Amino acid sequence: MAKNSDSKTNNAVNVSEMIVQNKKKKSMSNLMEKLVPSFLFLLASITVLTTIGILYTLLLEAIQFFKAVPIWEFFTTTELKPLSQDPQFGVLPLISGTLISTVIAMIVAGPIGLMSAIYLSEYASDKVRKVFKPLLEILAGIPTIVYGFFAFTFVTPLIRTFWPELGATNILSPGLVMGVMIIPMIASLSEDAMNSVPNSIREGSLAMGATRLETTFKVVIPAAFSGIIASFVLGISRAIGETMIVTIASGSSKNFTFDITQSMQTMTAYIVEVSGGEAPAGSTIYYSLYAVALTLFVFTLIMNLLARYVSRKFREEY
Amino acid sequence: MSMLMERKMTVENDKHVKKSSNSHRIVYDTKDLNLWYSNTHALKDINLAINEKEVTAIIGPSGCGKSTYIKTLNRMVELVPGVRTTGSITYKNKNILDKSFKVEDLRTQVGMVFQKANPFPKSIYENIAYGPKIHGIRNKKVLDEIVETSLRGAYIWDEVKDRLNENAYGLSGGQQQRLCIARCLAIQPDVILMDEPTSALDPKSTLKIEELAQELKKDYSIIIVTHNMQQAARISDKTAFFLNGEVIEFDDTNTIFTNPADNRTEDYISGRFG
Repeated sequence: MAKNSDSKTNNAVNVSEMIVQNKKKKSMSNLMEKLVPSFLFLLASITVLTTIGILYTLLLEAIQFFKAVPIWEFFTTTELKPLSQDPQFGVLPLISGTLISTVIAMIVAGPIGLMSAIYLSEYASDKVRKVFKPLLEILAGIPTIVYGFFAFTFVTPLIRTFWPELGATNILSPGLVMGVMIIPMIASLSEDAMNSVPNSIREGSLAMGATRLETTFKVVIPAAFSGIIASFVLGISRAIGETMIVTIASGSSKNFTFDITQSMQTMTAYIVEVSGGEAPAGSTIYYSLYAVALTLFVFTLIMNLLARYVSRKFREEY
Repeated sequence: MSMLMERKMTVENDKHVKKSSNSHRIVYDTKDLNLWYSNTHALKDINLAINEKEVTAIIGPSGCGKSTYIKTLNRMVELVPGVRTTGSITYKNKNILDKSFKVEDLRTQVGMVFQKANPFPKSIYENIAYGPKIHGIRNKKVLDEIVETSLRGAYIWDEVKDRLNENAYGLSGGQQQRLCIARCLAIQPDVILMDEPTSALDPKSTLKIEELAQELKKDYSIIIVTHNMQQAARISDKTAFFLNGEVIEFDDTNTIFTNPADNRTEDYISGRFG
């Protein structure tokens, strides 16, 4: 009350005076203003430095490998026999295994993920969406080893009941299960992309006599296209890099084939197998790990660059 | 030769018949319309008969139900969950509120221009061609022609003819709104609903849209919701004054603005509230 009578206005506190007082104490916070950005920069650099470090190691060791095995031989030989008397180091069997499992996974995850996203974003009521999305995210949180186990002990035997030619280890079922694993990722990210398309645009289309389906496919999806592509590419990258499921359910046969009933090895599964203990440091087989890892790195790099290009080219800005 | 003349004559006859019946034909006949948003009673016993090929303005303070009413005319109001209606709106001898009435058919004949311009994130050309395309017109030549006539109809052709393939979002706000009007014209509707089409525009663009509305009423019935009373006075033939979900007064625009029957109408148009 005393303060109130001091100040000429009716304000309970004199704000401008308090600000002047506080300014005198500012020196400490000025220091923070300068220090914090540097600190943040340091933290942000960690990712960049790590990437550079990994790339450096990969290159250094891979060069050692390519001294023993010429690079063209590595990319053209269809035999991979690292442990035989006369070792062969062709990466093609691993590339075929990786590509085939990725293609199978995307055949499952692409359409199902996108359709789920369309349902959630364009058709589902708020209530349904509130139940569905967390459920999807739970699916995304299952450890991959569980998926691998599921592929090996459940999916493969199931398919073999009506397709007996399928091997006990094969590339088909880990591919399928990988697809299931990737669905939530594609569904969730595509749904975000479609949800951020403004409602006014949908209304514009509906008001022209377009049906909901026409509006979805001719207006919403084109507008969300770059986001949808991004989700697909992330899915593909995830499939290429996936390790546990294929290691468990596809075995370790280094077949160069396109027969999905057979056991095949992916690049990641090869790295698991070889780094599992059989490779003495400095041997060719040890260095082959780095060559395969580098190939894997280049694959995902290409995917990311492609994604950037495609999403920029087809972007419909709103 | 004689056959040709005959045909011409019948065409003219048809025109004549249409013209003579124009002045009194009703496009929308609303009877005892009530509308609820969940528990909010937004429209109360609305009775309005809107004439064809006139500009009908709907005025009233915010929240009076005027936007709700215009959105009921093409059933866009149904996008809001929990909407219920009773009563009837007769359009071309059919009750559009009847569940058996196909809403897509209605919206093909009744175009809408929104408060905020909402072009599609596509090229100017694709924005106009969108409507014809979804209704099955694929011929490139025909589409080209539709795009040109529609853009000319909305008086924006000269401004955009050299950049039809550029994104519509590169246009100014006023141009975007005229593009949206052109988009409506592309499917040749009978009615154009305008929901505060100039509220986000500068005076110059507003003037252009007003002139356009005047021009369009030769061929279209126009119903316009507006906050701007001068606008209603300038461009409309009839004006309805809404207040708290009710129609207080509906008459010739002249009468409403010079000699209103209800005190509340007079208070509103003279700026005493709203």
